Amino acid sequence: MNLLKLAFKNLARKKIRTFLTAGGVAVAVAVLVSLLGFDAGYQKALGRDIDKMGYQVLVTAKGCPYEAATLMLKGGGGLRYMDQDVYNKIVKDPRVDMITPQLVDTVYDPDRQEGQGGYAMYMGIEKSYRKLKPWSKYKDGDWFSSDSADEVIMGYEAAEVEQRHIGDKIFIPGKNKVLTVTGIFERTGTQDDGIIFMPLKTMQDIFDQHGKLTGIGIKLKDISDISEFEEDLYDEPGIQVISLAQVRGTILNLISSAKVMTNSVAVIAVFIAVIGVTNTILMSVFERTKEIGVMKAIGASSFDIFKVIWLETTFICLLGGITGNIIALAAGNIVENTFKKILPYAPGGKLVYITPLLLIASLLGAIAVGMISGMYPALRAASMRPVNAIKSGE
Amino acid sequence: MNGPLIKAENIYKTYVSKAEKINAVNGLDLDIRTGDLVSIMGPSGSGKTTLLHILGCLDNISGGKLEMFGEDISAKKEGELVNIRRKNIGFIFQDFHLISSLTALENVELALCLARKKRDREEIVDLFAKVGLGKRINHVPKELSGGEKQRVAIARALAASPKLILADEPTGDLDSKTSMDIFELLVSLNEKEKSTIIVVTHDETLGVKAKRVIRLKDGKLQN
Repeated sequence: MNLLKLAFKNLARKKIRTFLTAGGVAVAVAVLVSLLGFDAGYQKALGRDIDKMGYQVLVTAKGCPYEAATLMLKGGGGLRYMDQDVYNKIVKDPRVDMITPQLVDTVYDPDRQEGQGGYAMYMGIEKSYRKLKPWSKYKDGDWFSSDSADEVIMGYEAAEVEQRHIGDKIFIPGKNKVLTVTGIFERTGTQDDGIIFMPLKTMQDIFDQHGKLTGIGIKLKDISDISEFEEDLYDEPGIQVISLAQVRGTILNLISSAKVMTNSVAVIAVFIAVIGVTNTILMSVFERTKEIGVMKAIGASSFDIFKVIWLETTFICLLGGITGNIIALAAGNIVENTFKKILPYAPGGKLVYITPLLLIASLLGAIAVGMISGMYPALRAASMRPVNAIKSGE
Repeated sequence: MNGPLIKAENIYKTYVSKAEKINAVNGLDLDIRTGDLVSIMGPSGSGKTTLLHILGCLDNISGGKLEMFGEDISAKKEGELVNIRRKNIGFIFQDFHLISSLTALENVELALCLARKKRDREEIVDLFAKVGLGKRINHVPKELSGGEKQRVAIARALAASPKLILADEPTGDLDSKTSMDIFELLVSLNEKEKSTIIVVTHDETLGVKAKRVIRLKDGKLQN
């Protein structure tokens, strides 16, 4: 028999109370791990999305740069248009390594998603788009037969959703146009997976935007020229220049207020858990006042009593920490889907990134919470005078 | 004749409330020798339990001088008193005060752990046999009768081989037959093991079986 075993046995004495208290800690730990996992995962996914765009600078028509950045990343209609002359001018700049014009729009399709309806996103591109994304591979098929062919290449998820294969026909609602599927890209884990691509000219014809673009992606020969390059483009009328480093910062700013809210919830959850544990252990100490007095009478020092109570609290929090981690791992997909619904922009791929380091840190955190929560009850118990404790309740 | 284990000279224990001062122990002189079996008797409120708590180093005296185990403990603090209790004193309580989640054996092992003493499992089993509880040592208190619980409490008090055993109404919660058995066990331990035992009891028929009887009234010795 030792104090460790005694602490275990004391907790086993009131199983329901122990599990309920550990449950409170588990919820707090699960929330915290999920949020921290999301924080790390979101930044990672955003970085991956931006890197996979393949260009460093994006030129769009003048408007809200935040909106433009978000729309370019997540896709969607409502982008402003600029003249293709801008592209024709920038393409001659000797600092430009690669450049690609884009025209993006969305169309509501009532038959999409098994009749529930939904927006299909279309993008007009040129061959340069693929040159900027050398990692992009075909799952099936190939590039368009000509620059103005009535053909589409579908992103992996778009093809899955539409259940289309090579040679199948695509009908764009409201546009009275039928196109043929000529290629399907492999999964990239980015927004490209959900897009239906077609030749730029075809897109301009179908959407009646002749000579118009929504964006120009640019990769420079020397990244150190980026500031000077941006400066030069600021003088061009009707356009705005967004570096993708800015986009990253912009989107992180956009979600920062949501993060403040969710982190506040996590902090409150931890605070409530600390109070809950402290209250439970304190009640348990009061219930066992006489027992503590007897233990002191038969030789327990104040430190022995302190250790027993502290160990009990730490065990509860450790149990809560382990359970919380299991919950966080198990509920990762639910958390991810919830965030994807509520956030203005969610990058593709996995958003909740729970690392072994995070799990270990959360366990250590739970133990620390136990130590802090147990401090006051343990001190109360340790400071009891044995004679008063034995007499209590008489 | 054995030397004095406890020597109390004119000791007081005073409780001060808003309205009055109460001397629970009121100028008491006492001399307990090694191997004594002493009954402390008296009516309720006579100061029996207070005296037992003082002799158990659970409470300080308010005045006078108290020597125990060759040390003046009159003004010792709790940190020092716990060491004296751990080395020298075993307690038996009226309502047993066993740890409910631990078996009889574990209750005794815990007492040894707290007293920083080690004993082989065989020695502990022998100790249970000595107190008449050989077969139920792996039962938790709720599975034991009152008499069996008190035997576990006695085994716990004896576990660390203390110089002094203090029993506060050890038969108070037991029927008369079990009370007699438990008291005879204490008498037998005193005779065979030469344990020094002080018993607080209300029960006249049991109390008079001790070698010495101390009667208290209003915190003072009557005899």
